[in-house]
Amino acid sequence: MNFNFKINGGDFSGAGRASSDIKKVLKKLNVHPKIIKRIVVALYEAEVNVVAHAKKGSINAEIDSEKIRITVVDEGPGIPDIKKAMTEGFSTASSKVREMGFGAGMGLPNMKKNADVLNIKSNVGSGTMVELITFFKS
Amino acid sequence: MKEETLTIMNIGKICNLLKAKLICGANLLDKEVTYGFASDLMSDVLTLDNDDIVLITGLTNMQTMRTAEISEIPCIVFVRNKKVTDEMIKIAIDNDIVLLECKYSMFKTIGILYENNLKPVY
Ligand SMILES: Nc1ncnc2c1ncn2[C@@H]1O[C@H](COP(=O)(O)OP(=O)(O)OP(=O)(O)O)[C@@H](O)[C@H]1O
Ligand SMILES: [Mg+2]
Repeated sequence: MNFNFKINGGDFSGAGRASSDIKKVLKKLNVHPKIIKRIVVALYEAEVNVVAHAKKGSINAEIDSEKIRITVVDEGPGIPDIKKAMTEGFSTASSKVREMGFGAGMGLPNMKKNADVLNIKSNVGSGTMVELITFFKS
Repeated sequence: MKEETLTIMNIGKICNLLKAKLICGANLLDKEVTYGFASDLMSDVLTLDNDDIVLITGLTNMQTMRTAEISEIPCIVFVRNKKVTDEMIKIAIDNDIVLLECKYSMFKTIGILYENNLKPVY
Protein backbone atom coordinates (compact mmCIF):
# COMPACT_ATOMS: atom_id res chain seq x y z
CA MET A 1 0.00 0.00 0.00
CA ASN A 2 1.15 3.48 -0.82
CA PHE A 3 -0.01 6.81 0.61
CA ASN A 4 0.92 10.39 -0.26
CA PHE A 5 0.32 13.65 1.58
CA LYS A 6 1.28 17.29 1.06
CA ILE A 7 2.36 19.65 3.87
CA ASN A 8 2.52 23.43 3.82
CA GLY A 9 5.04 25.41 5.82
CA GLY A 10 3.37 27.40 8.61
CA ASP A 11 0.13 25.38 8.47
CA PHE A 12 0.17 24.22 12.07
CA SER A 13 -3.44 23.17 12.23
CA GLY A 14 -2.91 20.94 9.17
CA ALA A 15 0.03 19.11 10.73
CA GLY A 16 -1.03 15.69 11.93
CA ARG A 17 -3.42 14.83 9.11
CA ALA A 18 -1.01 12.31 7.62
CA SER A 19 -0.25 10.79 11.03
CA SER A 20 -3.95 10.56 11.80
CA ASP A 21 -4.72 8.81 8.48
CA ILE A 22 -1.79 6.43 8.75
CA LYS A 23 -2.83 5.56 12.30
CA LYS A 24 -6.27 4.50 11.05
CA VAL A 25 -4.73 2.36 8.30
CA LEU A 26 -2.35 0.61 10.73
CA LYS A 27 -5.22 -0.04 13.16
CA LYS A 28 -7.19 -1.73 10.37
CA LEU A 29 -4.13 -3.87 9.61
CA ASN A 30 -4.08 -4.96 13.28
CA VAL A 31 -0.57 -3.70 13.93
CA HIS A 32 0.20 -3.77 17.67
CA PRO A 33 -1.00 -0.52 19.36
CA LYS A 34 2.44 0.12 20.91
CA ILE A 35 4.09 -0.11 17.46
CA ILE A 36 1.39 2.12 15.93
CA LYS A 37 2.06 4.74 18.59
CA ARG A 38 5.81 4.67 17.88
CA ILE A 39 5.22 5.02 14.13
CA VAL A 40 2.75 7.88 14.33
CA VAL A 41 4.67 9.83 16.99
CA ALA A 42 7.75 9.79 14.73
CA LEU A 43 5.67 10.76 11.69
CA TYR A 44 3.91 13.56 13.53
CA GLU A 45 7.25 14.98 14.67
CA ALA A 46 8.42 14.88 11.04
CA GLU A 47 5.24 16.62 9.84
CA VAL A 48 5.59 19.33 12.46
CA ASN A 49 9.22 19.88 11.47
CA VAL A 50 8.19 20.64 7.88
CA VAL A 51 5.46 23.00 9.08
CA ALA A 52 7.79 24.68 11.58
CA HIS A 53 11.03 24.85 9.65
CA ALA A 54 10.41 24.46 5.89
CA LYS A 55 8.37 26.00 3.04
CA LYS A 56 6.52 22.92 1.88
CA GLY A 57 6.90 19.20 1.74
CA SER A 58 5.45 15.85 0.83
CA ILE A 59 5.10 12.54 2.62
CA ASN A 60 5.17 9.09 1.11
CA ALA A 61 4.29 6.04 3.18
CA GLU A 62 4.83 2.50 1.84
CA ILE A 63 3.32 -0.31 3.85
CA ASP A 64 4.00 -3.99 3.27
CA SER A 65 3.36 -7.04 5.42
CA GLU A 66 6.38 -6.52 7.63
CA LYS A 67 7.13 -2.80 7.81
CA ILE A 68 6.29 0.81 7.06
CA ARG A 69 8.73 3.05 5.23
CA ILE A 70 7.98 6.76 5.38
CA THR A 71 9.86 9.45 3.49
CA VAL A 72 9.30 13.12 4.21
CA VAL A 73 10.87 15.45 1.66
CA ASP A 74 10.76 19.20 2.01
CA GLU A 75 11.82 22.38 0.27
CA GLY A 76 13.33 24.61 2.91
CA PRO A 77 16.50 25.89 4.53
CA GLY A 78 17.98 22.44 5.18
CA ILE A 79 19.90 21.42 8.30
CA PRO A 80 23.53 22.63 8.36
CA ASP A 81 24.70 20.34 11.17
CA ILE A 82 22.56 17.21 11.50
CA LYS A 83 24.52 15.85 14.45
CA LYS A 84 23.91 19.03 16.40
CA ALA A 85 20.23 19.11 15.36
CA MET A 86 19.88 15.59 16.79
CA THR A 87 20.87 16.68 20.31
CA GLU A 88 18.05 17.03 22.82
CA GLY A 89 17.21 20.67 23.39
CA PHE A 90 18.79 22.05 20.22
CA SER A 91 16.23 24.20 18.42
CA THR A 92 16.19 27.15 16.05
CA ALA A 93 12.38 27.40 16.27
CA SER A 94 10.87 30.89 16.09
CA SER A 95 8.73 32.35 18.84
CA LYS A 96 5.71 31.74 16.58
CA VAL A 97 6.53 28.02 16.61
CA ARG A 98 6.86 28.06 20.43
CA GLU A 99 3.45 29.72 20.76
CA MET A 100 2.05 26.80 18.79
CA GLY A 101 3.37 24.36 21.40
CA PHE A 102 6.58 23.25 19.71
CA GLY A 103 10.25 24.14 19.55
CA ALA A 104 11.72 22.26 22.50
CA GLY A 105 14.39 20.61 20.39
CA MET A 106 12.96 17.18 21.19
CA GLY A 107 11.54 16.16 17.82
CA LEU A 108 14.53 14.59 16.07
CA PRO A 109 15.73 12.71 19.20
CA ASN A 110 12.16 11.50 19.67
CA MET A 111 12.02 10.28 16.06
CA LYS A 112 15.26 8.38 16.63
CA LYS A 113 13.82 6.83 19.79
CA ASN A 114 10.57 5.73 18.13
CA ALA A 115 11.62 4.58 14.65
CA ASP A 116 13.66 1.44 13.96
CA VAL A 117 15.61 3.31 11.29
CA LEU A 118 16.02 7.07 10.91
CA ASN A 119 17.98 8.54 8.00
CA ILE A 120 18.33 12.25 7.38
CA LYS A 121 19.83 13.86 4.30
CA SER A 122 19.89 17.59 3.94
CA ASN A 123 21.14 20.22 1.51
CA VAL A 124 21.53 23.66 3.01
CA GLY A 125 19.46 26.13 1.03
CA SER A 126 17.33 23.55 -0.75
CA GLY A 127 15.76 21.02 1.63
CA THR A 128 15.70 17.95 3.80
CA MET A 129 14.81 14.28 3.34
CA VAL A 130 13.84 12.20 6.36
CA GLU A 131 13.37 8.45 6.09
CA LEU A 132 11.64 6.49 8.87
CA ILE A 133 11.38 2.70 8.82
CA THR A 134 9.61 0.64 11.46
CA PHE A 135 9.00 -3.11 11.52
CA PHE A 136 5.65 -4.42 12.74
CA LYS A 137 7.17 -7.32 14.69
CA SER A 138 9.84 -6.42 17.21
CA MET B 1 6.44 -0.56 40.22
CA LYS B 2 4.25 -1.14 43.26
CA GLU B 3 0.96 -1.58 41.40
CA GLU B 4 -1.04 -2.18 44.58
CA THR B 5 -0.32 1.33 45.86
CA LEU B 6 -1.87 3.00 42.81
CA THR B 7 -5.23 4.41 43.79
CA ILE B 8 -7.80 4.18 41.04
CA MET B 9 -8.80 7.52 39.60
CA ASN B 10 -11.28 8.00 36.81
CA ILE B 11 -12.12 10.88 34.51
CA GLY B 12 -15.47 11.58 36.16
CA LYS B 13 -13.74 12.01 39.52
CA ILE B 14 -11.28 14.45 37.96
CA CYS B 15 -14.16 16.47 36.51
CA ASN B 16 -15.80 16.68 39.95
CA LEU B 17 -12.59 17.51 41.84
CA LEU B 18 -11.86 20.40 39.47
CA LYS B 19 -15.48 21.58 39.24
CA ALA B 20 -14.76 21.41 35.53
CA LYS B 21 -17.14 21.75 32.61
CA LEU B 22 -17.49 18.56 30.59
CA ILE B 23 -17.28 19.48 26.90
CA CYS B 24 -17.47 16.02 25.36
CA GLY B 25 -17.07 12.37 26.26
CA ALA B 26 -19.89 11.91 28.80
CA ASN B 27 -19.88 8.19 27.96
CA LEU B 28 -16.20 7.86 28.92
CA LEU B 29 -16.24 9.18 32.50
CA ASP B 30 -15.63 5.73 34.01
CA LYS B 31 -12.33 5.41 32.17
CA GLU B 32 -9.50 4.93 34.65
CA VAL B 33 -6.43 7.13 34.44
CA THR B 34 -3.16 6.76 36.29
CA TYR B 35 -0.86 9.63 35.40
CA GLY B 36 -1.00 13.38 35.03
CA PHE B 37 1.27 15.50 32.83
CA ALA B 38 1.08 19.29 32.73
CA SER B 39 2.60 21.22 29.84
CA ASP B 40 1.95 23.87 27.24
CA LEU B 41 4.71 22.33 25.11
CA MET B 42 3.43 19.52 22.94
CA SER B 43 7.03 18.57 22.07
CA ASP B 44 7.41 17.29 25.63
CA VAL B 45 4.07 15.50 25.66
CA LEU B 46 5.10 13.56 22.55
CA THR B 47 8.10 12.06 24.37
CA LEU B 48 5.93 10.20 26.93
CA ASP B 49 5.57 6.42 26.74
CA ASN B 50 2.98 5.81 29.47
CA ASP B 51 -0.65 4.95 28.84
CA ASP B 52 -3.64 6.51 30.60
CA ILE B 53 -2.23 10.01 30.97
CA VAL B 54 -4.39 13.06 31.68
CA LEU B 55 -2.94 16.09 29.91
CA ILE B 56 -3.28 19.39 31.78
CA THR B 57 -2.64 22.36 29.50
CA GLY B 58 -3.50 25.96 28.73
CA LEU B 59 -2.84 25.50 25.02
CA THR B 60 -6.14 25.42 23.15
CA ASN B 61 -5.32 24.67 19.54
CA MET B 62 -5.40 21.86 16.99
CA GLN B 63 -1.86 20.81 17.86
CA THR B 64 -3.03 19.89 21.37
CA MET B 65 -5.73 17.70 19.86
CA ARG B 66 -3.42 16.04 17.33
CA THR B 67 -0.86 15.42 20.06
CA ALA B 68 -3.51 13.74 22.22
CA GLU B 69 -4.76 11.68 19.28
CA ILE B 70 -1.26 10.55 18.30
CA SER B 71 -0.19 9.86 21.93
CA GLU B 72 -3.41 8.04 22.87
CA ILE B 73 -4.24 10.50 25.63
CA PRO B 74 -7.79 9.81 26.89
CA CYS B 75 -8.50 13.13 28.64
CA ILE B 76 -7.39 16.77 28.36
CA VAL B 77 -8.02 19.38 31.08
CA PHE B 78 -7.83 22.94 29.73
CA VAL B 79 -6.91 25.29 32.58
CA ARG B 80 -7.03 29.09 33.09
CA ASN B 81 -10.60 29.17 31.76
CA LYS B 82 -9.47 28.57 28.17
CA LYS B 83 -12.20 27.66 25.71
CA VAL B 84 -12.05 24.88 23.16
CA THR B 85 -13.25 25.31 19.56
CA ASP B 86 -15.77 23.22 17.58
CA GLU B 87 -12.95 21.94 15.36
CA MET B 88 -11.17 20.65 18.48
CA ILE B 89 -14.32 18.98 19.77
CA LYS B 90 -14.74 17.14 16.47
CA ILE B 91 -11.30 15.54 16.77
CA ALA B 92 -12.02 14.68 20.41
CA ILE B 93 -15.28 12.92 19.54
CA ASP B 94 -13.72 11.04 16.61
CA ASN B 95 -10.95 9.75 18.88
CA ASP B 96 -12.79 9.19 22.19
CA ILE B 97 -10.94 11.97 24.01
CA VAL B 98 -12.70 13.60 26.97
CA LEU B 99 -12.35 17.41 27.07
CA LEU B 100 -12.73 19.33 30.34
CA GLU B 101 -12.63 23.11 30.78
CA CYS B 102 -11.41 24.24 34.18
CA LYS B 103 -11.42 27.74 35.65
CA TYR B 104 -8.47 27.15 37.95
CA SER B 105 -4.85 28.05 37.26
CA MET B 106 -2.45 25.36 36.14
CA PHE B 107 -0.88 25.39 39.63
CA LYS B 108 -4.13 24.90 41.51
CA THR B 109 -5.40 22.25 39.09
CA ILE B 110 -2.24 20.19 39.39
CA GLY B 111 -2.20 20.61 43.17
CA ILE B 112 -5.70 19.19 43.51
CA LEU B 113 -4.98 16.23 41.22
CA TYR B 114 -1.66 15.46 42.90
CA GLU B 115 -3.26 15.51 46.35
CA ASN B 116 -5.82 13.05 45.06
CA ASN B 117 -3.18 10.59 43.97
CA LEU B 118 -2.90 11.18 40.26
CA LYS B 119 0.69 10.04 39.64
CA PRO B 120 3.48 12.03 37.99
CA VAL B 121 5.01 10.48 34.88
CA TYR B 122 8.50 11.24 36.21
N1 LIG C 1 12.75 19.80 8.03
C1 LIG C 1 13.64 20.65 8.56
N2 LIG C 1 14.13 21.69 7.84
C2 LIG C 1 15.02 22.55 8.37
N3 LIG C 1 15.50 22.47 9.62
C3 LIG C 1 15.06 21.45 10.39
C4 LIG C 1 14.11 20.50 9.92
N4 LIG C 1 13.88 19.61 10.89
C5 LIG C 1 14.63 19.98 11.94
N5 LIG C 1 15.35 21.09 11.65
C6 LIG C 1 16.34 21.79 12.50
O1 LIG C 1 16.71 20.91 13.57
C7 LIG C 1 16.36 21.50 14.83
C8 LIG C 1 15.96 20.42 15.80
O2 LIG C 1 14.77 19.77 15.36
P1 LIG C 1 13.83 19.08 16.44
O3 LIG C 1 12.66 18.50 15.73
O4 LIG C 1 14.65 18.15 17.27
O5 LIG C 1 13.41 20.29 17.39
P2 LIG C 1 12.38 21.48 17.10
O6 LIG C 1 11.59 21.18 15.88
O7 LIG C 1 13.13 22.75 17.09
O8 LIG C 1 11.46 21.43 18.39
P3 LIG C 1 10.42 20.26 18.78
O9 LIG C 1 10.57 19.17 17.77
O10 LIG C 1 10.80 19.82 20.15
O11 LIG C 1 9.08 20.88 18.73
C9 LIG C 1 15.26 22.49 14.49
O12 LIG C 1 15.14 23.51 15.46
C10 LIG C 1 15.76 23.03 13.14
O13 LIG C 1 16.82 23.94 13.32
MG1 LIG D 1 10.60 19.29 15.74
